[in-house]
Amino acid sequence: MDFVCNFPLLSILLCMISCVLCTLISPKQARRLTFGTEIAVLAMSTAVLAFTLNTGKPFTYVLGEFPAPWGNELRGGALEALMATAFSAVLICCVLGGQDYVRIDVDGSKQNLFYTLVNLMTSALMALVWTNDMFTGYVFVEILTLSSCGLIAARETGRTTLAAVRYMVMNLLGSGLFLLGVVLMYALTGHLLMVPAHEAITEIAAEGGKVPLIFTLAVMTIGLGIKSGLFPSYFWMPDTYGSSTPTGAAILSSLVSKGYIFLLLKIFLRVVGDEIWKDLPLRWVLAVLGMAGMVAGSVTAIRARNINRMAAYSSAAQIGYIYLGIGIGGTAGYTVALFQILVHAVTKSLLFITTPRLAAVSGESLLFEKLRGSGKRAKNAGVFFTAAALSMVGIPFFAGFSVKLFMAVSAAEYGNPAVFAGVMAVLGISSVLNAMYFIRTVVLIYADRKDPAETEAGSVTSGKVPCGSATYYAASVILVLGNLFLGLFAPVSVNMIRQGLSMFQ
Amino acid sequence: MKDLLNRWLDGEFDAFERMPELQEGYDISLDRKHELERSAAERIESLPQTRQIAEKERKAFHLWYVIAAFACCLTLALVFLYMTAHITAYGRENPRAEAIADRYIERGTEETGAVNAVAGMILDYRAFDTLGESHVLFTALVVVMLMLKLDETNTRKDREDYYRVRFEKYYPTDKDPILRLAGTLQGSFILLFGIYILLNGHLGPGGGFSGGAVLGTGLIILASSLGDADIDHFLTEKRFRVFTASALIFYILAKGYVFFSGANGLDNHIPKGTPGAILSAGLILPLDIAVGVIVACTMFGFYSLFRRGGIGGDETDD
Repeated sequence: MDFVCNFPLLSILLCMISCVLCTLISPKQARRLTFGTEIAVLAMSTAVLAFTLNTGKPFTYVLGEFPAPWGNELRGGALEALMATAFSAVLICCVLGGQDYVRIDVDGSKQNLFYTLVNLMTSALMALVWTNDMFTGYVFVEILTLSSCGLIAARETGRTTLAAVRYMVMNLLGSGLFLLGVVLMYALTGHLLMVPAHEAITEIAAEGGKVPLIFTLAVMTIGLGIKSGLFPSYFWMPDTYGSSTPTGAAILSSLVSKGYIFLLLKIFLRVVGDEIWKDLPLRWVLAVLGMAGMVAGSVTAIRARNINRMAAYSSAAQIGYIYLGIGIGGTAGYTVALFQILVHAVTKSLLFITTPRLAAVSGESLLFEKLRGSGKRAKNAGVFFTAAALSMVGIPFFAGFSVKLFMAVSAAEYGNPAVFAGVMAVLGISSVLNAMYFIRTVVLIYADRKDPAETEAGSVTSGKVPCGSATYYAASVILVLGNLFLGLFAPVSVNMIRQGLSMFQ
Repeated sequence: MKDLLNRWLDGEFDAFERMPELQEGYDISLDRKHELERSAAERIESLPQTRQIAEKERKAFHLWYVIAAFACCLTLALVFLYMTAHITAYGRENPRAEAIADRYIERGTEETGAVNAVAGMILDYRAFDTLGESHVLFTALVVVMLMLKLDETNTRKDREDYYRVRFEKYYPTDKDPILRLAGTLQGSFILLFGIYILLNGHLGPGGGFSGGAVLGTGLIILASSLGDADIDHFLTEKRFRVFTASALIFYILAKGYVFFSGANGLDNHIPKGTPGAILSAGLILPLDIAVGVIVACTMFGFYSLFRRGGIGGDETDD
């Protein structure tokens, strides 16, 4: 076995060690250690990506002496490696871009604990990406849930505590349902590892026992759907993303929910297998809920009066795109879902990093009425925000456009006129709604203030945050470049995803 | 006023923080600050609109929420009942589901060296899950520390001191001889029992999680009967952190070595020993101790943080 195959395990263990060390050292050292760990994880994930693309074959990694049905296992393919690379890269940008605010929002004696949680989150995300075992998935889902609560509550205001509690209640419901699903799956198949479970499920399906399978999958889907913000249960998002410190909001919105979705996709494709999954009615439920989310998320976003809450509601719409892609199914559908995972990670983190900079020149307020003209006062934040907003709307050359294009293509490839018409209609409505609130916001931040006197008063920066620190610039520029890369060179990443999907099952 | 209410409902404005009045400056006295905060919360509560909304919500809650909750539970119950009709009945043989368990029972002792099949399962066959599980505990501890540990943001120093002084005046735990003696006796036996369970994990029922829980209980009993001062002597926050961290790092490194050597087909040179002996079962005993330390620290940490917003003495006292 090549040495590269050890990298998934090493990256998970490295994050764990560094999270433990973070509790012992000063905040400044903790920040540096976290940054170094993330860089190492990124490097290792990239190496695995290059390796798997090169060999064209996935590898399994036995954890310990006991092989597949008895012991734990990791599995690496190009898709997992691509996700790990993208997740760690975005994570670095989130940490860099928000670190000025961590200094203000989190109490000085607790900043190292904040970075502990960031490290724990990285290790959990990596484990979710690499694992080949459903129960391992559940354990790391728990770590992800708990550390998310910590990231929200780290900024100690009344509202963040409230948001964290609400997030906790919703997410524990989701975790509980997912655990129930894992238990049922174990009762059905006798396996927790994905590949042996798949073999058992193929037998069960051949014997005609689909009813318990559908229920088990439904329970798992509802559980992870609640956690990732699928349509009816996205109302925990605005408080969570809107009130936490920018690093927390960026990581939660762009990565955490994607980790859950990736695990769900793994269960659909690897445990159940595409040939059985595509005949189950469940996927149409997912597609319909996804479409409902695309519209409902945008409608609530239009009504928001606060820029962060608007961005949070638009997350619900973007998550809808992912579920619609999974629902359409087929290589084209899964590809667009996975591509949207990358695009949304890059775009939403940029939004949440820039909005506090706009607020900093508007009297620390995130309200639209106060944000008038903030793009002119904080020029760099305005430009970065505009780039992210244009991508969200789907202006050509930005990544959001490619998603909408591929979504339409995948619906066309499905070959059913009714499906195509439905998807196109919802795509159209959703794009118009997206444009309504994002373009409005872009216009607003470049508009003049109604009251000239207010301009004087509001333009004074609070002085708490350096207007543009080097780390913030670096993070935003990387995210904008990533967005443009995904938009202009979409075929590169789409080909990688296709190659990864071919070795995913 | 209506604008205030709308902003509050929109989540833009928080009755508990950053009052408009407060923005005039951060130097106002604490009492004035509390007064402002209280008055803002009261103002929102006393608004007629708030009352109307509360009334409406109450009605909706009492009617529709109850109906919806019943409907949800009933549907779920029916769905699961329907499903149980389609899976293997309890007690009936299901060869598919038992293959793995049978192997753990039949060959567990031989392969892991542990007489206790559960210990062999969680710390050898599926040790990666248990590694994750101990990090779940650690995560919970860190989150509770982040939220409850007293700091400048979440503490009204004057109040805290006031209550602490009053509490210790009326309930002087460290001066009650009966409580001290009973607590010491009980606590020591519980600690001893915890250590027994911990060390016995690979030989019989027990192990890191249960042993750690008993140890944690013993520590809590000692701390609550002896008073803070005695416990602070030997368990400072720094030592507490070092304990937890070294147990976790030992677990990560030891098991990481086994994972690494196992995956790469190398011999890990860890002797299995004779099953049944105290020093047997390879790494299971030391891992049990590490898990036990983590569990005990987590439990004691929760107790201490919830009770007084900190663990052990201040680091300056160390």
